[in-house]
Amino acid sequence: MKSTLKLLTLILALMVFNCGGKEEKKKEGFSYQQKAPTEQTQKKEAAPEKVPASKRVDLSNKGVGPITSVALDSNIDQAMADKGADVFKKMCTACHRTEKKFIGPSPKDILDRRSPEWVMNMILNPEEMVQKDPLAKELLIEFNGSPMANQNLTEEEARAVLEYFRTL
Amino acid sequence: MKNTFKLMVGLLMAGIVMTSCNNQNSSNNKANGALSSSAAEKVYVAPGEHDEYYAFMSGGFSGNLTVYGLPSGRMFKEIPVFSQYPTNGYGYSEETKPMLETSFGFVPWDDSHHPDISQTNGELDGRWIFINGNNTPRIARISLKTFETEEIIEVPNSAGNHSSSFITENTEYVVAGTRFSVPVPQRDMPINEYKGNFKGALSFISVDPEHGHMDLKFQILMPGFNYDLSHPGRGKSHGWFFFTTYNSEEASTLLEVNASQNDKDFIAAINWKKIEEYVNNGGGTMMPTNYAHNVYDEHTHTATSTMKKEVRVVNPTDVPGAVYLLPTPKSPHGCDVDPSGEYIVGNGKLSANLTVHSFTKMLDAIENEKFDGDAYGIPILNFDDVLAGTVEQPGLGPLHTEFDDQGNAYTTFFISSEVVKWKLGSWEVIDRKPTYYSVGHLMIPGGNSRKPFGKYVVAMNKITKDRYLPTGPELEHSAQLYDISGEKMELLYDFPTHGEPHYAAAIPASIIKDKTQKIYKLAENQHPRKALSDSDAKIVRDGKNVHVYMTMIRSHFSPDNIEGIKVGDKVFFHITNLEQDFDVPHGFAMIGANNAELLIMPGQTRTLTWEPKQVGVWPFYCTDFCSALHQEMQGYIRVSPADSDIELSWSLGE
Repeated sequence: MKSTLKLLTLILALMVFNCGGKEEKKKEGFSYQQKAPTEQTQKKEAAPEKVPASKRVDLSNKGVGPITSVALDSNIDQAMADKGADVFKKMCTACHRTEKKFIGPSPKDILDRRSPEWVMNMILNPEEMVQKDPLAKELLIEFNGSPMANQNLTEEEARAVLEYFRTL
Repeated sequence: MKNTFKLMVGLLMAGIVMTSCNNQNSSNNKANGALSSSAAEKVYVAPGEHDEYYAFMSGGFSGNLTVYGLPSGRMFKEIPVFSQYPTNGYGYSEETKPMLETSFGFVPWDDSHHPDISQTNGELDGRWIFINGNNTPRIARISLKTFETEEIIEVPNSAGNHSSSFITENTEYVVAGTRFSVPVPQRDMPINEYKGNFKGALSFISVDPEHGHMDLKFQILMPGFNYDLSHPGRGKSHGWFFFTTYNSEEASTLLEVNASQNDKDFIAAINWKKIEEYVNNGGGTMMPTNYAHNVYDEHTHTATSTMKKEVRVVNPTDVPGAVYLLPTPKSPHGCDVDPSGEYIVGNGKLSANLTVHSFTKMLDAIENEKFDGDAYGIPILNFDDVLAGTVEQPGLGPLHTEFDDQGNAYTTFFISSEVVKWKLGSWEVIDRKPTYYSVGHLMIPGGNSRKPFGKYVVAMNKITKDRYLPTGPELEHSAQLYDISGEKMELLYDFPTHGEPHYAAAIPASIIKDKTQKIYKLAENQHPRKALSDSDAKIVRDGKNVHVYMTMIRSHFSPDNIEGIKVGDKVFFHITNLEQDFDVPHGFAMIGANNAELLIMPGQTRTLTWEPKQVGVWPFYCTDFCSALHQEMQGYIRVSPADSDIELSWSLGE
């Protein structure tokens, strides 16, 4: 058994020796992993509140995707909202209903909980959002793993849908 | 036990030492010139990387067209063309059934042979690919944007549509020649009165330059030979078309012997521009006939079939100077024209030599009327006056020739099972390589155009035998890939092919890959029974016919609970896939359906017919694993007795 241990040590030494160039990267990986538990602890701290991702308010998170800044006029652009309603009906109602949770959450009052950038990125870039955005990740789990479909809206269409959400 | 453990650890260690620095090793490999030229490296396309060429191989008796990558030999897709395809419902769905209509009714199978990619100025343009149905004569056009069959036209007065489907250098025409001559028009007559009475129809089908739509412009009614293969003139010979013939003996029985009597058969040279002009001036006669023209509309997602009732026929002797016969030894098979358009190679399959005719000499012989008699009024040119040269005894059983961009030709020899490289002009043999086994066609990307890409040749073999792991008596066919960039050919790779690829056509991937379609836009869906959003989902009863307007998206159908269906009803599921993202198809399978499944692309509408025969509650489900909740994508239909008074109702999530 002792000799086995020696052999294993030797193997490890060989690996380190052979891959000297990778050593630094590994350390980086390590420190990254060290960060993770901190995050988990934070989550655990939040857990007792049991606020599901869909109810949580985070107006500073802009999400991941093409939209970095959206300026909302204090007045609703009704023409744009009408167009957005039309796009929403055609592209979104298979999974989203304005009056209730359906396959996915209702968009009603979404701007009380999310930044406009986050909403548009979720529409335009859902695949990356559910991989990288912590809220989107949690939402995917909360909604049974049902993926937010990328319906290939243009930015203009997504912006119109956002305007429509403001009217709900 | 301890020893074993030590041994295992030792082996593990050795393994780690050898593999742990993979990156370093592979970079060493790249620096090593000898290794970089290995056959394996030449065909290796790393995970996630793309092939250099698309190769489209005919399916032969599968009736379809398969898409491969070169040099990897990986198969990407089978495109259903002439055969029903339960894998996606082609030929089973109501939208695609009209594609397989013919004057003989619904014909769900064919034998597809010779794909040819559309050209502009004699170069591959990658808009469409055409392919012939050999058995029930048809020509199909497939979009290289959607990789779907868009159009099929039946060819009347034809039988064994083999010298097809080859296109002229600006895709003015797709040409179809008959292998079997038949009575034209068809009639009840004794078979042994074939000679002098049967006709061989050569069909010129015009192609609309914008949409690709085909129209049978005219047929030339030639003597009753067998028109075996053909190719267009190009460059200097653009405007002409060349067809090999055999059975100039006009035998109707035991052709194995009786069609091998004449020392020479012919290559028929057709000046189609001259005949086109004649036809445009009202020449030819309209003959009553019956043939189907089936067109698929990308926006309605639906095919329609129209029966055409007449065709313009041309008697070749009515157009002086349009048709000549070039004597060519011994039942020539392949008829191949080099990139310059000067040389016409007749591959006399029973001849020891390859015969090459000269287009320039042919024009000269015509001008100086160097004739050697005629066949039913069609001038036969004097053999020696049109001969450019002969490749002496290059092999046994020559079948087909393709060309590279360096003035070389490559001919397959079926009997001696090899590809032979020879030089145009000097007719000397440069190299030969064995094939495995009994090669038919070969293919160089662009090898039958003005601009070949002379990097690879693919040999398509008729016999597989021991090339792969045995799979019982029935085997897939085998193909070999050779590197032809050097003086000598180098065998790189072996790969199985589906059905029986006769001919193939390949094109640099860069010409088409960025133009391929990813989804069908819902906004452009004009299907009459589409359901574009959940609010369109509904069920309408029309007597015994029940139309279900259904939607699908990850991961549910709407509606997914249906009641009020009765035994004896005919249920039409009109299903629209509401996805608008690349590669999210959904499937639809209904228990007991007597047809197939539907595989529906994003934005597309498809209809499956189901005739419920048993009372009960019957499930349907999505067949294409679409999301983590794919297994939840299902629904139920309640089927009540025929005399039930249960009202039609439908719901989702209630």
